[in-house]
Amino acid sequence: MSENNTIIKLENITKTYDMGETKLEALKGITYTIKRGEMMAIMGPSGSGKSTLMNIIGCLDKPTKGTYYLEDEKVSTMDKNRLAGIRNRRIGFVFQNFNLLARTSSLENVELPLIYSNVPAKEAREKARQAIKQVGLEGWEEHKTNQLSGGEKQRVAIARALVNSPSLILADEPTGNLDTKTGMDIMEVFKSLHEESGITIILVTHDPEISDYAENIIHIRDGLIEKEDRR
Amino acid sequence: MKIFRTIKVALKALGRNKMRTFLTALGIIIGVGAVIAMVSIGQGAKKEIEKRFSEMGTNLLFVRPGSREFRGRHGGGGSYDTLTDADAQAIIEQCNLVQYVSPNVNTRVQVIYSNKNWNTSIYGVGDKYPLIRNWDIDEGAFFTEAQVKTGQKVCVLGSEVNNNLFEGMSPIGQVIRIKKIPFRVIGTMKTKGEAMWFSQDDVIFIPYTTAQTRLVGINYVQSIDVSAVEGSDTAEAQEQIEELLRIRHKIAPGADDDFNVRDMADIQEGAQESTQILTILLGGIASISLLVGGIGIMNIMLVSVTERIREIGVRMSVGARENDILLQFLIEAIVLSLMGGIIGILLGVGSSKLISQFAGMETSVSLGSILLAFLFAGSVGVFFGFYPARKASKLNPIDALRYE
Ligand SMILES: Nc1ncnc2c1ncn2[C@@H]1O[C@H](COP(=O)(O)OP(=O)(O)OP(=O)(O)O)[C@@H](O)[C@H]1O
Ligand SMILES: [Mg+2]
Repeated sequence: MSENNTIIKLENITKTYDMGETKLEALKGITYTIKRGEMMAIMGPSGSGKSTLMNIIGCLDKPTKGTYYLEDEKVSTMDKNRLAGIRNRRIGFVFQNFNLLARTSSLENVELPLIYSNVPAKEAREKARQAIKQVGLEGWEEHKTNQLSGGEKQRVAIARALVNSPSLILADEPTGNLDTKTGMDIMEVFKSLHEESGITIILVTHDPEISDYAENIIHIRDGLIEKEDRR
Repeated sequence: MKIFRTIKVALKALGRNKMRTFLTALGIIIGVGAVIAMVSIGQGAKKEIEKRFSEMGTNLLFVRPGSREFRGRHGGGGSYDTLTDADAQAIIEQCNLVQYVSPNVNTRVQVIYSNKNWNTSIYGVGDKYPLIRNWDIDEGAFFTEAQVKTGQKVCVLGSEVNNNLFEGMSPIGQVIRIKKIPFRVIGTMKTKGEAMWFSQDDVIFIPYTTAQTRLVGINYVQSIDVSAVEGSDTAEAQEQIEELLRIRHKIAPGADDDFNVRDMADIQEGAQESTQILTILLGGIASISLLVGGIGIMNIMLVSVTERIREIGVRMSVGARENDILLQFLIEAIVLSLMGGIIGILLGVGSSKLISQFAGMETSVSLGSILLAFLFAGSVGVFFGFYPARKASKLNPIDALRYE
């Protein structure tokens, strides 16, 4: 269908929110191809549709119209269970507000995706420890979510995103709730992940300093891609 | 393997919020415990009554004046004096299924022994009364047929009267005054115990003939106790008596009887009606606590629903399927209900034991109440634990994550 180094292919993706009387077109037809191994940033003013697009790419939401291929598989028509499998094995999602399980240790949070892919308990534990090490949180395994700082929470979230060796990590304003210094630390984590394993990373940000890490930036305005800024 | 994993997930989720788990379980515990304890009191009362009746013997029949319509309690006006000594005599002579009869004339008077006063029931009965009632003599003897015939002023004391008047001394041969008339004590009865609301031992037996002439001043009898021949059909004995008395009382075919014969089953029925009411009343109170428990469970479940739906969102975003979520929440709810239910049962059974021990009330835990309470609390727990989760599992992950 497409050449091997394409990981994501979006064809005329639209998303319309039906709010009773009015309809809101958050995405008005996005067509774009993302190469495997790219570190990419999505920028744009508030309300332009960045999160909406990310959620569709992350299979957390479905497009109203259009076709979405992930690694040559047509995701846009898959049923819920197959989408759950895709989220589980192929995608790691990092949220602005972390979305960790409350009152739960770092280790258990990181293990979560492995539980749903039937990885044996021992192996899961080992992988989770590895991932925690990878984000520089060694020694924090047993800390509960509420005992962690924002930066540490986001590291746990990143460890959870990468623990199942996905082909794609998505991060929607991962530094949005952090101060500049911590934000930069988190970006270093993404950067080293990208450089070490060549994983594809897409992040949404408002901050030009953050988008400087990306090799490719797309700008979205009013639900459409306004311009592409390849470096 | 997969279910085992999900059980682990569910248990962890319960452990993560111990307060919520505890409060939910508490609702179930209180509801289940209260129902079991309350119903056990009602059931205990019923059992107690049944026990008393079976102690009295199942072959008992009671002949009373007045038509059956009045249930024989006090009869209709003017129908009070229709039973006589001769009727009792005829019953024992002509009904071959009747073993013993005892005409009764009862009253309540003041009794005096030396300087002690005691207000008690006087049962004027026949000499066969102890045999009919299965009631043993403790000391001395019951009066004989001859003593009844001649209207002797002799008496036999119930144990409570004995204790109150003689305080441990032997009463045999002593003279007590019943309505100022001297009676010689010739025996005492064994203790029979409480019969729900009155002491059966607060009584003095005298020959019914003596009661008729000396105490009450009547020439009829108030009732006749009858025991049917052991092993015979009491209904048949009852028919024999009815037939005989209709002839003796010259009652035209089709006309109402001026007497009624009832067996234990009839009387038991009446007594059971009142315990039934007690059971229903207690059951009602218990149902309210069950309901309150249920509402408690519901509240806690609903209060935490936002957090739980976010949790569902998080789990789905990392790859949980709809079924994984459903199974987890179902197991959580079942574990919670089971745990609460079992503790509730233990608590209910335990407190019913305590009640019977310390309040001296007989209690009886019934399987029905256990099942009812358990099922109700269980379904409330499962419903409110499971239903919101079911709804949430149908959402897009992003909508679950954003749920407010
Ligand atoms: N669930 C929803 N229901 C209705 N409208 C929505 C919903 N989610 C988003 N929108 C609307 O869609 C538009 C795009 O929202 P989106 O969250 O994608 O913006 P964004 O680019 O991520 O903005 P920000 O930078 O503020 O995060 C907005 O106008 C928003 O109000
Ligand atoms: Mg956004």
